[in-house]
Amino acid sequence: MPTNSKLEAFVSQVRRDILRQVHKVNSGHPGGSLGCTEYFSVLFNEILRTNGSFEMDGINEDVFFLSNGHISPVYYSVLARCGYFPVEELNTFRHIDSRLQGHPTTHEGLPGVRIASGSLGQGMSVAIGAALAKTLNKDEHLVYSLHGDGELQEGQNWEAIMFAAAKKVDNLIATIDLNGQQIDGSTDNVLPMGNLKAKFEAFGWHVLEEEHGNDVEAVKNVLETAKAETGKGKPIVILLKTVMGNGVDFMMHTHKWHGVAPNDEQLEIGLAQNPETLGDY
Amino acid sequence: MTKTYTNSGNKDTRSGFGAGLEVLGKQNPNVVALCADLTGSLKMNAFKDNHPERFIQVGIAEANMMGIAAGLTIGGKIPFTGTFANFSTGRVYDQIRQSIAYSGKNVKICASHAGLTLGEDGATHQILEDIGLMKMLPGMTVINTCDFNQTKAATLAIADHKGPVYLRFGRPKVANFTAEDQNFEIGKAVKLQEGNDVSIFATGHLVWEALEAAKILDEKGISAEVINIHTIKPLDEEAILESVKKTGCAVSAEEHNFLGGLGESISRTLALHHPTPQEFVATNDTFGESGTPAQLMEKYGLNANAIVEKAEKAISRK
Repeated sequence: MPTNSKLEAFVSQVRRDILRQVHKVNSGHPGGSLGCTEYFSVLFNEILRTNGSFEMDGINEDVFFLSNGHISPVYYSVLARCGYFPVEELNTFRHIDSRLQGHPTTHEGLPGVRIASGSLGQGMSVAIGAALAKTLNKDEHLVYSLHGDGELQEGQNWEAIMFAAAKKVDNLIATIDLNGQQIDGSTDNVLPMGNLKAKFEAFGWHVLEEEHGNDVEAVKNVLETAKAETGKGKPIVILLKTVMGNGVDFMMHTHKWHGVAPNDEQLEIGLAQNPETLGDY
Repeated sequence: MTKTYTNSGNKDTRSGFGAGLEVLGKQNPNVVALCADLTGSLKMNAFKDNHPERFIQVGIAEANMMGIAAGLTIGGKIPFTGTFANFSTGRVYDQIRQSIAYSGKNVKICASHAGLTLGEDGATHQILEDIGLMKMLPGMTVINTCDFNQTKAATLAIADHKGPVYLRFGRPKVANFTAEDQNFEIGKAVKLQEGNDVSIFATGHLVWEALEAAKILDEKGISAEVINIHTIKPLDEEAILESVKKTGCAVSAEEHNFLGGLGESISRTLALHHPTPQEFVATNDTFGESGTPAQLMEKYGLNANAIVEKAEKAISRK
């Protein structure tokens, strides 16, 4: 099990991978990717119990679904760094004939991805389905999912949230990336979502709040707490407060880097703030 | 001389689905059924009663149902979703597109009350665009069965087929004339009637009407070939081309808009391989309305008489 310093080193490399992927193709979503780097790094290194080789069915292992598929750069980097596919393949992100499509897909056979996402609001339902399959299979492993906060404006989520509580889907840990930003501005400006904790609780979920979503120790702790709460008749949601663009100072605390790539100079500044630790691809 | 098909008694195709699902429940432990508050209408009660642990009532939330179905395949389940055709397609198109079709998930979308024959509920519930919506999705198999027995056989067959399927059937009781013990072969057209003067390619409820039309045409001295195209995608192009090469003209018949339906798929095949005059028995870019099924099929030109008229027109264009 990596120590926190090893995790920090992993995080630094993933941030570099995100910046370099997006810069090379001058396209992609660095902001949300950077904000979720600690979550992905902790989840894949410390939390997920997976079998060695990737199987679509995910039987007798934990499975993960990314609902806000636009943060594919962090997903791809972490999958590659965890051995799902060669790290060099990050060079092909968003290029023609690549398995690393702009948004994640099963269509090109990329190991680690079990559902296409990109059109928002669909991942919660899929995660619930996978959780129900685990229950039917008497498989004790868990289902994890990640969703953007702006994504909760999609109505399908609330169908799913209602269902999961009603049917006591208690082998699911959903995480909401609470960065408060979406394409057109802050979530409070675009469409204020009110008290999300109260909303989830009113629907019957067990809610965990974590203010420090970019602190690996805090992320680890809240995920462990969530695991301990599974099997108690309620679905679990972690409201994980993160900073969009975290780790690259000029990208932080703004929606402006939601879907914009850094230029050459900006890339150098960003990389200088995040040392190479595991070797660039 | 036309071949005689015996109607063993009118039955609804949705009950064929329910009967097939009941058998599947016993045969295949991986089959899971989902319903969005229409269990009785979809005839899913037997499955629900026999296998409550494998029956998922999602409530009036079709988008969630499609996503859950996609997720259930991850874990080896074979989900069958059940709701009306309108709510199985148009309402949830993007969920099907991304989470099922593009993701290549083994979901069986089972859709009842398709077309005008839903009747009195009117146009909000009478989808006439669903075949088009579904056939445009890469990798989607599209089936429209003609009677109780065939719907039951198709329900069994699609469980063994790996990949997403749209199975379309309906509400009214219609002639049940295909064999009870038939082997349903996805993508394989069924020649019901040999003929030389015109090929009638029919799907769904129009298949029985096509057989009735063939009798009327026979009395007029016209020899019609009737082929049941139960699978619209993949289309049995070989059967279509073999038939038109003999007859020289075609009529397509379906309870669907001519835009996006079976007829257009046949037109493409003919245009590419064997240009042939073709007439369309289909709705004409319109919504439906309230009425009895028979009134609606008459008003919108979807019955044996309409097929006869179009057959004569097709022959005149040779």
